[in-house]
Amino acid sequence: MSHHKIRVTVNGATSEDEVEARLLLVHYLRDVRGLTGTHVGCDTSNCGACTVLLNGRTVKSCSVLAVAADGADVLTVEGLAADGEMSPVQQGFQQCHGLQCGYCTPGMVMAATGLLLDNPDPGEDEVREGIEGNLCRCTGYSMIVDSVRWAASHGGAGEVAARHATS
Amino acid sequence: MGSMIGAAVVRKEDPALLTGRGTYVDDVRLPGTVHMVYVRSYLAHARIVSIDTSEAVATPGVLGVWTNADLPGLPPNRSVPGMERPCLARDKVRFVGEPVAVVVAADRYAAADAAEAVLVEYEELPVMASIAAATADGAVPIIDGLESNVVLEQVLSATDAEAELAAAPHRLSIHLKNQRCAAVPMEPTVCLADWQASGLTLWATTQTPHHSRNELAAMFGLSQQEVRVVAPDVGGGFGAKASFYPEFILTAELSKRLRRPVKFVETRSENMISMVHGRAQEHDVEVGFDDDGTLLALRVRITQDCGGWPDATGIGLPTLTSFMSGGCYKIPVIAPSFRSVVTNTTPVGSYRGAGRPEASFMIERVVDHVAAELGLDPLEVRRRNFVQADEMPFATQFEGIVYDEANFPGALDKLLTVIDYDALRADRAARRDDPSKPLLGIGFSTFVEMGGFGPTPLFEQFGYVGGWESANVRLNSDGSAVIKVGTSPHGQGHQTAFAQIVADELSIPFERISLVHGDTATVQEGIGTMGSRGAPVGGSAVFQAAGKVRAKAMKIAAHMLEADESDLELVDGRFRVKGTPDQGVSMAEVAVRSFKPHLLPDGFDLGLDETAYFEPKNLSYPSGAHCCVVEIDRDTGFVKVARYVAVDDCGTVINPLMATGQIHGGVAQGIAQALLEEVRYGADGQPATGTLVDYTLPSAMDLPRYETDHIVTPTSFNPLGAKGLGESGATAAPQAVVNAVVDALGHLGVRDVEMPCTPQKVWRILQSAGEDRS
Repeated sequence: MSHHKIRVTVNGATSEDEVEARLLLVHYLRDVRGLTGTHVGCDTSNCGACTVLLNGRTVKSCSVLAVAADGADVLTVEGLAADGEMSPVQQGFQQCHGLQCGYCTPGMVMAATGLLLDNPDPGEDEVREGIEGNLCRCTGYSMIVDSVRWAASHGGAGEVAARHATS
Repeated sequence: MGSMIGAAVVRKEDPALLTGRGTYVDDVRLPGTVHMVYVRSYLAHARIVSIDTSEAVATPGVLGVWTNADLPGLPPNRSVPGMERPCLARDKVRFVGEPVAVVVAADRYAAADAAEAVLVEYEELPVMASIAAATADGAVPIIDGLESNVVLEQVLSATDAEAELAAAPHRLSIHLKNQRCAAVPMEPTVCLADWQASGLTLWATTQTPHHSRNELAAMFGLSQQEVRVVAPDVGGGFGAKASFYPEFILTAELSKRLRRPVKFVETRSENMISMVHGRAQEHDVEVGFDDDGTLLALRVRITQDCGGWPDATGIGLPTLTSFMSGGCYKIPVIAPSFRSVVTNTTPVGSYRGAGRPEASFMIERVVDHVAAELGLDPLEVRRRNFVQADEMPFATQFEGIVYDEANFPGALDKLLTVIDYDALRADRAARRDDPSKPLLGIGFSTFVEMGGFGPTPLFEQFGYVGGWESANVRLNSDGSAVIKVGTSPHGQGHQTAFAQIVADELSIPFERISLVHGDTATVQEGIGTMGSRGAPVGGSAVFQAAGKVRAKAMKIAAHMLEADESDLELVDGRFRVKGTPDQGVSMAEVAVRSFKPHLLPDGFDLGLDETAYFEPKNLSYPSGAHCCVVEIDRDTGFVKVARYVAVDDCGTVINPLMATGQIHGGVAQGIAQALLEEVRYGADGQPATGTLVDYTLPSAMDLPRYETDHIVTPTSFNPLGAKGLGESGATAAPQAVVNAVVDALGHLGVRDVEMPCTPQKVWRILQSAGEDRS
């Protein structure tokens, strides 16, 4: 198995690492960078628990090789809060009880953040369509929809995500 | 300070979980950790001829490969005597996914590579992947040493009710299937074992850390103080994480052998064939009734598919189905019986509701069948048979099964104030005559289930030390409080709910209360989280422990104020003398004083630190009335849930926000069972739903917005009056949806649609109905 040197910026911090060619981005984030907030919930790219922003676009990080992220800028759930204050999406999930066990939550929060970057004021159906690729087994989704719409009216994707998307 | 019980406060749990600072088992990092990967059987029933591990052992990074033969003396999973499941298959495999060998390597990728290199030679045996195949003439016993695949048979009534059925003016035979479902918690099974000289620590995705510790200690011959089980943040469980899995034993054993921490992280595809499935029951029902729909007799023969090994929890599920088979109706005689059958499939255990949704589905479908047979409105039949509010508590014919306080007709009344039934019925009729519009169906579910598990004698049957729950409440010297509780939440919000209870009882700020759970080293003996027991049993223990702290604090305050306890009141965080509100001491001042022996009466026990064990005298019986309105596309058979309205009676509501979340989530799983989900096998035992590509977990596009409401009939069997709510939605929803689907097709002569009501199934029914008409 060949090894490759990659340089990836995650949540503003850049690091150079040597990785196996087959290493998935999600395992790079979790096991090499120690950012365990991004979760793995399936092995068929259905669940979206591993969603992160890669150069401003949401990706399922189980479906991206770490080597493909060489030179990229990644934003994970750990990087969303600005100066210790949760982003509007994170706050919305707390205010509207958009999470229970919390396992799908980081991916759901990142998917919602990406949705709000594209569409700052999505209606109910647009939110449902926007998070269709993220599975939650606890909430039945209504309160997640409410959370995203709460965020839309309280600052949207938030300043860190907006900065990441335009950089 | 207003009452916290009943307040919709946001959760304490959330900031950590929302910022990536949760700690799930795979997030626990210990130096030197190595990774275990299974070699699993790809055949459903086969004798193991040989296992060649030579290539795997030689793979770089591999520390070892073990088969059953390499681990002599390793204890099996405890279960029914004679049916204990070995951790690794011995001699033969019984279902696709059964572990045959384990590989340990320095990293997961290397371990997975090596597992691929293990060569297993099998001799195929006849596969019996269904109840029908496993009980057919000449079926081979799957478990060696048994005479057949029927591993348990029980009759739960003195009569078979044949006389009453024969005497009834009307009689119907109904066959119902409650299909096999997968729990699919978003976090699969994960464990990390670290066997040190001082003993074993296991971090595990479990709903029952203390029970798991007790099991591990017994299996390894250790004393319980040498074993620590930690359930940190757990990513959903839904009953399936109440079972004990072979990987808990294997990682422990291999950590002992390798002297390193050993971690196992299940993939989703493994999870779909390894974690216990739920439901998997078939019912043969006979019901007798009179002209006006009064139910006279019910006989239900249940067949439980146990999968390849009887699970210690799963084996008891049809007992619960039997007990709840009468639903919320007065039926003069009920005759339940069941048989549990082993098949070449994944073992079956508990899944949200665990035995009760099956009963509720059965009786609510039966009531609709009776209504259809007599041409009556389904609500009329329900009203005619309800146990009335003034008949509570209601002793069923089953010993010890006594419904607590409830108001079944009241819940339906409340539901009807929310839906406009007349308008819905008019709409249904109009659409039947207008082929340009989708068909509309209205379905009801008036349900009762069991919560608050459970009195100790009941829980002992599942192998638990008790059915009580424990709590410790301790005040620090600054007046802040720590709760330690034996429940093990995995999304239910116990940090928040239990802090609300203590905030009220001790009149201290919610923000100054924290919760410790899920660690046998720090929490006193506990039971866990399952069976809708968090609020009614765990919450009651918290309430009682806080009450003891309050009583002791009152004594100290009385001493400080030189007043009589009976003259004191606790208001806004201060003990004060009634009538002279200026004279008082704060809870924080009392807390400091509790640590000052020289300022307390001689011999006074120091500290404010109290433990309570709450044993429920009865189960609780959450109930309610739900309505589902569906639209059916005539061209595709696609069923859309147009409206879902839930009125629940869980007794006292501690946090309306979280209660709503529990209802939503349960209803979502119920709708998904009705419309989408089914674990399927080919006749060769190959899973057809082994990944999330094939097993249709609902997304946000598949589920409706829910309308929820409550009636509140507190139970008298615990001090909070709470009945539990976690399983109500999943218990109520399947039949509300199916009744609606059948209702939409009723004018075509359709009486039944088997779950899941997929577009293909409904389309076929529409097609054949159309052919019949032409």
